[in-house]
Amino acid sequence: MNPFQFTRVSTPKAAIAAVTKESGTYFLAGGTNLIDLVKREVIIPERLVDINKLPLATIEKTATGIRIGAMAKNSAVADHELVKKHFPLLSMALNAGASAQLRNMATVGGNMMQRTRCSYFYDTSMPCNKRGPVQSGPDKGQPNGPTGCRAIGGSNRMHAIFGASGKCIAVHPSDMCIALAALDATVNISGPKGDRSVPFSEFHRLPGDMPQKDNTLAPGELIMSVDVPTNAFSEHSYYLKVRDRASYAFALVSVGVGISMKGKTIQDIRLAMGGVAHKPWRLKEAEQFLKGKEATEANFKQAAKLTMTGAKGYGENDFKLTLAPNSIVEALQVATKTA
Amino acid sequence: MARYFCALIPHIKNPAMENEHITNEPESPHASRRSFLKQSSALAAFALTPPAAVAAVENGLDEKVAVAFEQQPLRVEINGVAQQLSVEPRVTLLDLLREQLHLTGTKKGCDHGQCGACTVHVDGQRVNSCLTLALTTEGAKVTTIEGLANGDKLHPMQEAFIKHDGFQCGYCTPGQIMSAVACIREGHANTPEEVREYMSGNICRCGAYANIVEAIMDVKKKGGQL
Repeated sequence: MNPFQFTRVSTPKAAIAAVTKESGTYFLAGGTNLIDLVKREVIIPERLVDINKLPLATIEKTATGIRIGAMAKNSAVADHELVKKHFPLLSMALNAGASAQLRNMATVGGNMMQRTRCSYFYDTSMPCNKRGPVQSGPDKGQPNGPTGCRAIGGSNRMHAIFGASGKCIAVHPSDMCIALAALDATVNISGPKGDRSVPFSEFHRLPGDMPQKDNTLAPGELIMSVDVPTNAFSEHSYYLKVRDRASYAFALVSVGVGISMKGKTIQDIRLAMGGVAHKPWRLKEAEQFLKGKEATEANFKQAAKLTMTGAKGYGENDFKLTLAPNSIVEALQVATKTA
Repeated sequence: MARYFCALIPHIKNPAMENEHITNEPESPHASRRSFLKQSSALAAFALTPPAAVAAVENGLDEKVAVAFEQQPLRVEINGVAQQLSVEPRVTLLDLLREQLHLTGTKKGCDHGQCGACTVHVDGQRVNSCLTLALTTEGAKVTTIEGLANGDKLHPMQEAFIKHDGFQCGYCTPGQIMSAVACIREGHANTPEEVREYMSGNICRCGAYANIVEAIMDVKKKGGQL
């Protein structure tokens, strides 16, 4: 690893001030993605600000749902009684991600901040528009490796089928974020200009012309907590993750679903997909279509077909155009217990 | 990196020549192998060291390499022993254990959090030490494979791995055992299926998985405090 400066902070205010002050400064939480990227020289930081001692790891019930501190570990959230009972989709998604060791290290905020990425992004000898400039050292300000997108026309089996651009077709690999997008969570943020909140589905962004930016955070802004509103989905929740091995692999396609049923009728539903876009991919059209309808395979197939409008394969990932709708149907069947 | 390596090699005196006394010690294949590995890693460290450190290197002992960088104090308890250390920010817990404290039981496999060979416990939680910056363990209690046995008495999980032949080459074993102990403590070892899922962060290239699962289930069935 390249050398960097290291600062410990004990308050969010001090953390925000430290990151705002100096370019090339990053918050360090669990480090499961950041340290890996620093080792690969994809990120060459000037300074890391260790936020692990910040008092932001509480998981608590609120008047409208549950508040999860940004520094709560993924394993602590997945195993929390409130989460398991009232938000099983979140627990299932978390447990489908990474390994037990990584879940013990990774935080909720860090999981959201992990880079949307692909193997070209990780290889600094390969063209990539996402890496952006070097942040430290003699090459500061220079592009970190050649620009362009080698994944387009290259090895793109893992890549996006929705919302990609000519600049980037990488996918956000988080499972947790799929659940939080589906469950209409809200992200509470603190920054140099004060506090604000954004809907979870507006936190991450599509690549467009600026694939260097994975999310809508301004410089120096820190995620404080995530609010998940109360729902009636606990009986009918499911997270389906389709991957190359049975455990500990990124999703080829994943589907998060939460449903409230009355008899055979779907009263309310939330659907989101992972492994298919630069951000968690919420399926609002399918939700709208299924509301008030009976839980039948025909309806599920129709809904899945609706979600595929605008989907585009890039060659090696063309199989996702079939896998995605099939996965939606299966997730819906399992969640509604009609499989 | 390759360019760095070639440029620096001529500056390095042959470590094997300078340390001939090592090979003059009484015949001990283990000592020789360990010394060789240490020399090799010193050589690799030279190759990866920025020019700022080269002066320090040429002026004397390789310990001075580290001093060329800014170090920060670190208080951490490792296997029950309180340590007051001085550590560079970029040093991982894995490298601190192996290179500075010479606790080489914890293995470096992929060094990127993908294989689990470096698994240790930090405040009772299993983590990948290769992705943990040492400085983030300030005030924590770290347990490595060396801290598991009680004197000469092996930990029940170590005994079970021997009994069930839970390894072949042994390189992943310290990580497997640390992970297995945590897996039971977490309450995630109720069925073989659950063990497989919760041990998926530990890769075994020899494919000893079936026996590893048996070893863990055996320890779990016997109960008792781990």
